[in-house]
Amino acid sequence: MVSFLLRRLLASALTLLAIVLLSFLLMRVVPGGPFDQERAMSPEVRQALETKYGLRDPLPVQCLRYVVGLLKGDLGPSLSQPDRSVNTILAEGLPRSAILGATALFIALLVGGLAGVYAALHHNEAADYVAMGLVMLGVSIPSMVLAPLLVTLFALTLHWLPTSGWGTLGHLVLPATALGLAYAARIARLTRGGMLEVLRQDFIRTARAKGLSEAAIVRRHALRLGLGPLVSYLGPATASILTGSFVIEQIFDIPGMGRHFVNAATSRDYTLALGTVIVYSTFLIALNLVVDLAHALLDPRIRLE
Amino acid sequence: MSTPQPPATMSPGRLALRRLVANRLAAVSVGFLLVLGLLALLAPLLAPYPYEAVNLPEALQPPSGTHWLGTDALGRDLLSRLLYGARISLAVGLVATLVSLVIGVSYGAIAGYVGGRTDNLMMRFVDVLYGLPFMFLVILIVMVAGRSLLNLFIALGAVQWLTTARIVRGQVMSLKEREFVEAARGLGAGPCRIIFRHIVPNLLGIVIVYATLNVPAVMLQEAFLSFLGLGVEHPMPSWGTLIAEGARSMEVCPWLMVFPGVTFSLTLLSLNFLGDGLRDALDPHTT
Repeated sequence: MVSFLLRRLLASALTLLAIVLLSFLLMRVVPGGPFDQERAMSPEVRQALETKYGLRDPLPVQCLRYVVGLLKGDLGPSLSQPDRSVNTILAEGLPRSAILGATALFIALLVGGLAGVYAALHHNEAADYVAMGLVMLGVSIPSMVLAPLLVTLFALTLHWLPTSGWGTLGHLVLPATALGLAYAARIARLTRGGMLEVLRQDFIRTARAKGLSEAAIVRRHALRLGLGPLVSYLGPATASILTGSFVIEQIFDIPGMGRHFVNAATSRDYTLALGTVIVYSTFLIALNLVVDLAHALLDPRIRLE
Repeated sequence: MSTPQPPATMSPGRLALRRLVANRLAAVSVGFLLVLGLLALLAPLLAPYPYEAVNLPEALQPPSGTHWLGTDALGRDLLSRLLYGARISLAVGLVATLVSLVIGVSYGAIAGYVGGRTDNLMMRFVDVLYGLPFMFLVILIVMVAGRSLLNLFIALGAVQWLTTARIVRGQVMSLKEREFVEAARGLGAGPCRIIFRHIVPNLLGIVIVYATLNVPAVMLQEAFLSFLGLGVEHPMPSWGTLIAEGARSMEVCPWLMVFPGVTFSLTLLSLNFLGDGLRDALDPHTT
């Protein structure tokens, strides 16, 4: 177990390093630079700026400097927002995206999990078809369609909730719902599939034979193994939902982290773009490790070695 | 499901087709997609107006006899734009999926067949790419290659092959131990011939299923990019841009949002039903 963890952590660190190097390189292959946008910039000013941020040094030197800074937890200065460090910018946006994402994930797990278990227990009955029909609808309506519909209905027509912005609990409801629904649908499908797979196995029949109630079978035996596929999905899904969705943040005008994924890349803010990538990748790698541990916890047949 | 028992001599392909047709939802979905594809193909003949024709006096008209689905803020006919948008959105789904299939199947098959250190290295590279946010990758590829429709297709396909590669690799690793591969090798076939003539055809079922489920995913991503203004360029419409434009004037002119939104959602719904139906039809476990 300990050696498994150590080896996985080492492998994760290497993967992360490879991701950093690859995105550093990719960012620099892109034509244009961070100071191309501003029109009236004299060559001298531009040169001074590039010297200030060390962009005129050879690429390997820049890369090494970046990695050394990274090891100290310093993501460098932002190139598009003068006088602000990437650490500050992300420390501002990430918590908002994470709160929104966690709320959405909570809604998704609650709705999707219950629907999935319910549908599996009523396999091939009307309830199963209705639940799965709704789920299919949930998978197929993009958040960019759902979000404006929700805003029009609940904010503009009924005036129950604010249209956009950030700050109060009310601001959270619509974006979290719009963001969470697609995840809820996926979760329901995976839960249903996993449960159906487990429910037809022999040890469930044994449990029934020894007289356990249906509820106890589900809680004590079926859920444990049936959750396998869902757990695998939740790793990457959590990583992407917590680090922010550009579309949702755009529609609801939420100053989160999702917008940086796109804006930093298009404005060639090398450091900010790398910062967002690193945060996302760290989340993803860490959560995938948690997924493996969770599998071992849920399924006694899996041994970590 | 109470399908009539097929005769025992039926080939697996025919059997799968028969199962698919028996699945009513999948059959309806195929019909819907075929009609949509036809409408998209014939858009230049069917569209009542040119998609880019600005007509300011008739801006923001609700649906009427002259403009069946109404007009947008520049007085452009929504039906015409929706038809042309279908061309882009469907083409993105098909071309990007094709690109991802070619890369994913070749990559996965080679890694799985060669095995050993090469395989390990190739799959570590997949792990690294998995760790990157795909939007970031797509945007970078489009910026490097230049913004054009074809590059957009390729960029979306180039980030979608990872899962296909993993699945194909796993399948190939078990297939390559089978006797027919041994036989081919005994007859003097080279690795290339074995992979692409003998192994890959055996993967078609699973690959088709994943490809079908890939199409809606790619279409969604194109819509996201266009929504963000990074997809197709104005005045060319894609469903993503139409939805983005519609979302901005949702309160006053709901039709601008509702028609593209419903069309897009129905298309995704059909593709998902078709993918599910194909998976069930090709799954040897269901009888």
